[in-house]
Amino acid sequence: MLRQLRPVLINGVSLVATFAIVYVLMRLGIIDSFYQDTIALVCINIVLAVSLNLIVGFTGQFSLGHAGFMALGAYTTALVTLHFPTVWGMLGGIVLGALIAAAIGFLIGLPTLRLRGDYLAIATLGMAEIIRVLMQNFTFTGGASGLFPNRYLNWTWMFILTAGSVVLIANYIRSRAGRESIAVRENEIAAESIGVNTTKAKTLAFVVGAFFGGVAGGMYGSYFYWIVPKTFSFMMSFNILVIVVLGGLGSISGSVIAAILLGVVNVLLADPNLVPIRMILYSLILIILMVFRPQGLMGDKELSIRLFRSILPKRRRPPDEGLEPSNEGWLETPEVAA
Amino acid sequence: MSDTATIGKDILTMANVTLNFGGLSAVSDVDMKLQVGELVGLIGPNGAGKTSIFNLLTGVYPPTSGKVEFTRDHKVRNLGGMKPHAICWAGVGRTFQNIRLFRALPVIDNVMIALQHNVPYSLANAFLHTFGYGRAEKQIREESLELLRIMGLEEDANELAQNLPYGKQRRLEIARAMATHPVLLLLDEPAAGMNPAETADLTELIGWLRKEYDLTILLIEHDMSLVMDVCERIYVLDHGVIIASGTPAEIQHNPAVIEAYLGEEVADA
Amino acid sequence: MEVFQQLINGLSLGSIYALIALGYTMVYGIIQLINFAHGDVLMVGAFVGWFSMTTLHMNVFAALVTAMAACAMLGVIIERVAYKPLRNSTRIAALITAIGVSLFLEYVMMYFVGANPKAYPDLTGFMAGSFTIHGVIIKNIQLVIIGISVLLMIILQFIVQRTRVGKAMRAVSQDADAARLMGINVDNTISITFAIGSALAGAAGVMWGLYYISINPLMGLMPGLKAFVAAVFGGIGLIPGALLGAYAVGFIETIAKGVGLSTYSDAVVFLVLILILIIKPAGLLGKNTKEKV
Repeated sequence: MLRQLRPVLINGVSLVATFAIVYVLMRLGIIDSFYQDTIALVCINIVLAVSLNLIVGFTGQFSLGHAGFMALGAYTTALVTLHFPTVWGMLGGIVLGALIAAAIGFLIGLPTLRLRGDYLAIATLGMAEIIRVLMQNFTFTGGASGLFPNRYLNWTWMFILTAGSVVLIANYIRSRAGRESIAVRENEIAAESIGVNTTKAKTLAFVVGAFFGGVAGGMYGSYFYWIVPKTFSFMMSFNILVIVVLGGLGSISGSVIAAILLGVVNVLLADPNLVPIRMILYSLILIILMVFRPQGLMGDKELSIRLFRSILPKRRRPPDEGLEPSNEGWLETPEVAA
Repeated sequence: MSDTATIGKDILTMANVTLNFGGLSAVSDVDMKLQVGELVGLIGPNGAGKTSIFNLLTGVYPPTSGKVEFTRDHKVRNLGGMKPHAICWAGVGRTFQNIRLFRALPVIDNVMIALQHNVPYSLANAFLHTFGYGRAEKQIREESLELLRIMGLEEDANELAQNLPYGKQRRLEIARAMATHPVLLLLDEPAAGMNPAETADLTELIGWLRKEYDLTILLIEHDMSLVMDVCERIYVLDHGVIIASGTPAEIQHNPAVIEAYLGEEVADA
Repeated sequence: MEVFQQLINGLSLGSIYALIALGYTMVYGIIQLINFAHGDVLMVGAFVGWFSMTTLHMNVFAALVTAMAACAMLGVIIERVAYKPLRNSTRIAALITAIGVSLFLEYVMMYFVGANPKAYPDLTGFMAGSFTIHGVIIKNIQLVIIGISVLLMIILQFIVQRTRVGKAMRAVSQDADAARLMGINVDNTISITFAIGSALAGAAGVMWGLYYISINPLMGLMPGLKAFVAAVFGGIGLIPGALLGAYAVGFIETIAKGVGLSTYSDAVVFLVLILILIIKPAGLLGKNTKEKV
């Protein structure tokens, strides 16, 4: 019994410690507003990346539309807090925004998730662009100049929402539904043959991912005082995907670590001397990382004590030759070999 | 599982089943009947359409015409219009000739994914990991380990499926199919790539599984010793058409079969 | 007459998209990579053309050829340095690299020329003119764009169908390993594909500049995305599909603008794309045509 509880305890203690340390540092003023903004962005990126990882990394469905779900969450939360300017307004707005994102995810996912790889990618990207264009044209969303909501998201709520989202998604993955997702990613035909309703599994994962994409958007909409449509362009979707791939497809802790590292890199590159070449350095880091570590920081492993043990040398058989690869998709190597 | 009263009744009936791809006919006008508890072989030269029949039975392709009926507990279902996952839930399990494991996952996960028939927890529970989640997961893991033990894969439980040797991968495919609690099991060349000792083990295992779990088995196999040993009846397929059916002894002396196989395994069987 | 006016506008816009989409689709056909930096190669082409015309005082056609040559070289360098090391890793890693290359090109250009837009020199002589048929205004520059695009497409078709290089490209796109066994130099073939595709993007960049005057380091994003949409529209990997998709996107966009939906035009393009994919999951020509390049 104690053995089983140990990981829960370790996770719980480290979560509480993280919360407390940042809380104290903020109270002491050691973390100033610049660092607070960075921490907020890191938290939002964590929720975005982990939820997209569920869709892309665990279910193997190549979605490029996460910015759309984020936009729905951000605008909904902003509009709700403008009418109900309280913390409860913010929480209600985030929940409502996430539900709207999930509903749109369902509507767009059901017909498009049967598309393969690239076609799904462009369809989801298109959905996000449509959402952005609509936000740009509607009057109640403030058009191109956007909305100016107040800030209600303090560190406590930010931490609860971030940690809560990650824990819920991780739990989902370690349940029957999550196993079905992974089966779909690994081999769709085999998954069907053992009773997995692949359409349902894909749609469910997509809807859950969209929901938490909406939560992240809601956090954005109740922290930064200004939301504009152009924030949610396809470059945002790509940025989220970059975090997911850098951390490792199919690794929750990888996504979390990559989001944090990206925050650190952002801080380092904020040096005034580096500002003109900031994006050049960032793009070079991206290219170099992908060339030398294409599986991302964590691969599909999770950060755990067991992982450190498994780094020790271990007997490995070479994979069998001549076996058919699993279903064609974005997680696969293309036909052209060097 | 299947009640003993149904033994001797039909479990699977294929009537005038045809499968066309464009102008090409992979299976034409096939009639086949399986009775509860039988172990039936399906043989034929390469490209005869054996795997196409499995794909028809499991909903990978719907038949162009004809009827595929599956009976379980007096309930008759037409498999022709059903999706593969629904056919699995109805009680038909299968393995694949070109092994389709979840290669990048540990062996135990391959089985656990398939073991979903008795997952008692809801989606909300899956998010929160409360009320019975732990108990259910423990049960699933134990049952998976039990299946692995039966198939002789217990020690490989945490190995990645792709790192298993060929013979064990085929056994894992069977374990995974068994995890779906089928009453009708379709085995597509389970002994392909195995050495004679491994094949003998597998033959024994298939017989044991059938008894232990009251299975009806349809078996595609090229290894004639296996087919002749375990099958009660055999269907011979050539160019998508059933050219013979009967007991192993009858099939061995059937001139049409010998002609279809000329120079192949049967000649020296 | 309004219809014909939109038709000619759609035709010239579609021609530019077609040149970009061809590069996208050829690269996709041969290594299954969405070369996200393709739109930025267009941007570099536009700037090389601008530099050739303003600083080096070249005429339009010399500038066009210079831009095409520069982009061809750039394409090969990108392929060799950034994409080749990733041939054995997942396609999603290759896509992230492509995004990295895209950002790199944009911000290196911004470092040198600044973020402010630059203007193409005024058109002179024949190209500055226009004429009217039954109330439809046709600018000569539109005819030049359509003419050059069609000429380049014919040359491309000739290369792909009639030359050794083209045969090699088609072979590699079918099965790279088999092509290698047949003695085809797969690496060179891939580089040549990048060179040709990038040259077309360079040409498109110069024409974009001539048509819309204003260019800036981030200008490649939207045309690149539209061309990608066009390629998927027709069935990615297929040359006829890219052409069909490009003109379709060009027309949809100009029609949306023509009926007063100009602020919605991007959304309309994507909406039509999604609807088409729902009906035809592999694009309009997908699967019907086996031949890929």
